[in-house]
Amino acid sequence: MERKKDFVVRFAGEGGQGMVTAGEGLAQAAAQVGYHAQTFSTFPSQIEGGPTWCQTRIAITPALSAGDDLDVLVAFNHEAYEGHRGEVREGGVIVYNSEEFQLEPDGHSFGMRFEELGKSTGNPRASNMVVLGAIAHLVNWPQSYLQNFVKARFNRGRANDQEIIDSNIKALSLGEEAARASGFNLGELDPPVKPKYTQVMIKGNDVLALGAVAAGVEVFVGYPISPATTILVFMERNLTGPGRFVYQASSEIESINAIVGAGFAGKKAMTSTSGPGLSLMSEGIGMAWMAEIPLVIVDAQRGGPATGLPTKTEQSDFFAALHPAHGDQELPIIAPGTVEECFYAAIAAVNWAERYQGPVILLTDQMLSERAQNIPRPDLGKVVVENRLVYRGNNGYLRYEASTASPMPLPGGPGSYVANASEHDPMGDTTHRPDRHVQMTERRFSKLKLLQDSTYEAKHREAPVAVMPWGGSKGSMEEAYDVLMAQGERVGWYYTMFLHPLPAKLLEELRQKELVLVPELNYLGQFGSYLRSLGVRAESITQYTGLPFKVRDLVNQVTERVRARRGGMVRV
Amino acid sequence: MTSKNEEYDFKWCPGCGDFGVRRSLEYAVADWITQSGEPIENTVIVAGIGCSGNMVHLLEGPQPFGIHGIHGRTLPISFGIKMGRPELNVVIVAGDGDFLSIGMEHIAPQAQRNLNVTAIIMDNAVYGLTKGQSSPTTSLGVVTPTTPYGKVEGALNPLDLYLTLGATFIASGISTKIRPLGNLMSQAMHHPGFAIVHVQSPCTTYNDNYEILKGNPKKGMAPVAWDIPAEHDPSDRAAAHAVIHSGGIPLGVVYRQENSKPLDKRMGEAWAKARSQTVEQLLDTFGFKVS
Repeated sequence: MERKKDFVVRFAGEGGQGMVTAGEGLAQAAAQVGYHAQTFSTFPSQIEGGPTWCQTRIAITPALSAGDDLDVLVAFNHEAYEGHRGEVREGGVIVYNSEEFQLEPDGHSFGMRFEELGKSTGNPRASNMVVLGAIAHLVNWPQSYLQNFVKARFNRGRANDQEIIDSNIKALSLGEEAARASGFNLGELDPPVKPKYTQVMIKGNDVLALGAVAAGVEVFVGYPISPATTILVFMERNLTGPGRFVYQASSEIESINAIVGAGFAGKKAMTSTSGPGLSLMSEGIGMAWMAEIPLVIVDAQRGGPATGLPTKTEQSDFFAALHPAHGDQELPIIAPGTVEECFYAAIAAVNWAERYQGPVILLTDQMLSERAQNIPRPDLGKVVVENRLVYRGNNGYLRYEASTASPMPLPGGPGSYVANASEHDPMGDTTHRPDRHVQMTERRFSKLKLLQDSTYEAKHREAPVAVMPWGGSKGSMEEAYDVLMAQGERVGWYYTMFLHPLPAKLLEELRQKELVLVPELNYLGQFGSYLRSLGVRAESITQYTGLPFKVRDLVNQVTERVRARRGGMVRV
Repeated sequence: MTSKNEEYDFKWCPGCGDFGVRRSLEYAVADWITQSGEPIENTVIVAGIGCSGNMVHLLEGPQPFGIHGIHGRTLPISFGIKMGRPELNVVIVAGDGDFLSIGMEHIAPQAQRNLNVTAIIMDNAVYGLTKGQSSPTTSLGVVTPTTPYGKVEGALNPLDLYLTLGATFIASGISTKIRPLGNLMSQAMHHPGFAIVHVQSPCTTYNDNYEILKGNPKKGMAPVAWDIPAEHDPSDRAAAHAVIHSGGIPLGVVYRQENSKPLDKRMGEAWAKARSQTVEQLLDTFGFKVS
């Protein structure tokens, strides 16, 4: 029997059929026996219906990407079968709902009556468990894996717990029997290497929100928008109690202005949005930059421009994040690349806002927002929380006089001033004097220098060509990098979530490179363009399908470009 | 901020209504400090964009905190300040253009939330700072640089709008009656909820309507502004509606909701149902055991 180090399963069908529940259930079940799992979900922008799919990868080592090729496709309807069967690897299996359509036996697919088998257990909601039971058989999982998962999930202290557990276990066995009868088998997943550390199974948006709370965010005002909504939902539920405030605003314009008010009043304040909301916030962000108000804006990127692709992934807001407002301004940007990094990026963003006293963009993307993954439980003992300098002297203070960040007076305390979005003199009164505009512009930009000391990853520093992914494309590139190394390519690796300002030492290293390849999900090659503006010989590898990179495509692209270069250059 | 700053060179035109509004506000803030025992630093002035917003730089005497933001957004800025720090006394100073045109979308939500702030709206029925364009309160047919053939849209009735949208305290004043106006502002600051003091504050340069408001017996002109009689019951919504629709500009407290409960109190009540958890406890909810 073939032994496997990972399996990729895609559940595809119509929204509302439980695709995401099934995919996340499989991930949770796998993690509970010591495997690693990662999901990728995508669905249309409607409540029910429309083509939806969720892909789960299970592996014996931490999953870096959702996987290129499918070992199992679960097709809930014919459209899903037609749309996804091309991505099933050779030797893979398609499990389809034979209540919806029939196929002639073709040697790689079999039908099951999902709903009917589910309902036969007496539990009308058990059809997902029928499917999971079939998958368990295909990968030779012991029955106990999913049974234990079912017991853990439905043991909720309710009177009918046992009844629901029994019906779901029955559903698992029905699926298993159907798969066994089909004669298909995909091989055996290597036994799990159980992580020795404590874990959580969590999504990017949830862990980001937790990081913000850990960093001391006390005011959160947001407006629902895919794929950022779940951050607002998390905060509405959890950011409660004295000294805190969370609210669903009437628009993103209200959100940004409210957190400017809260930041001015001394609170650590945050909002979350996606591209369209970021556009609406433009003027308010400019005010925060101008009046020097600490706050954090989460931009969970989706496809753009305008309403664009609300539920697809893209990394096309980099330019908008760097210069979200009119006039001379350039915002700090932190972009996490993994679910785990979402937690630490949120803390770093709040810390940066407090340190330089201005707005910070926390730039994520849809694939990261919705991704469920098992990660080491964040260690709060290692969290460093920064707080702004607060002015505690006498009245008559010149709030904007120093040439860099200076203590901020807070309402109720000494040093009353006008936080001014118009150009101002040191005490905050409006001015039109040329020398003041020069002085204050330079003050605002000089504060960015306080943010250049961050960390970054580097591997094979000696190689003249390097790859440098950013944001949610990190995982696919990391997996591709391992393949490239195994192929014997000599390529360096650089990565940081601190995109602007870049760590000063990283920028120095990048400027020495003959070529820096930047995989990014946008048409313009935005981050590559930014690197070139900083004197780095950067070239982007772009994709703009609304979907993440496949590892294979990155391996090919990097290999081709390195070889093309070798042809034309003396060394590499 | 101080009025003694040599570098700050913004000036209201001679005779501008905003001078009187400033004096009234200084009285009201002083009164607030006396009555509440809070220091001046606990008052925050949130300024709109326009001639009126410059008041935040022009207040004389002890200085409150201020924020001079962007056009039309005084309400959402105040929302963040007040709900972040409910103990602060938050006062908006803005004009009819800022509050009723670009900022209109923010009135309904704050009125329905009953945000506990005071908005002082200086209405001169014109965009003064940008040199005389029409505003939402400019009358139908009036010629301005942007309505060269006469304004084709009707004039908004701000008091009617506030009542409809659910503001829980509505007063109407005039810049020439400094003490009564200061008194209206004081009542607004003490009102536990969303309070608006709408002030006729004429622009002597682009829309000098002092004579129309106050009347001129020599010319046989009756005043448009009139004092709301003492027997008016502001808690009577129907009576408030009748006052607003009696013609002219009524002066005084138009409407005051009894037992007004502000947003910060409502939030506290809603959160009595919440189980506040630490970050560690929240992480626990995502935890699982490997078996």
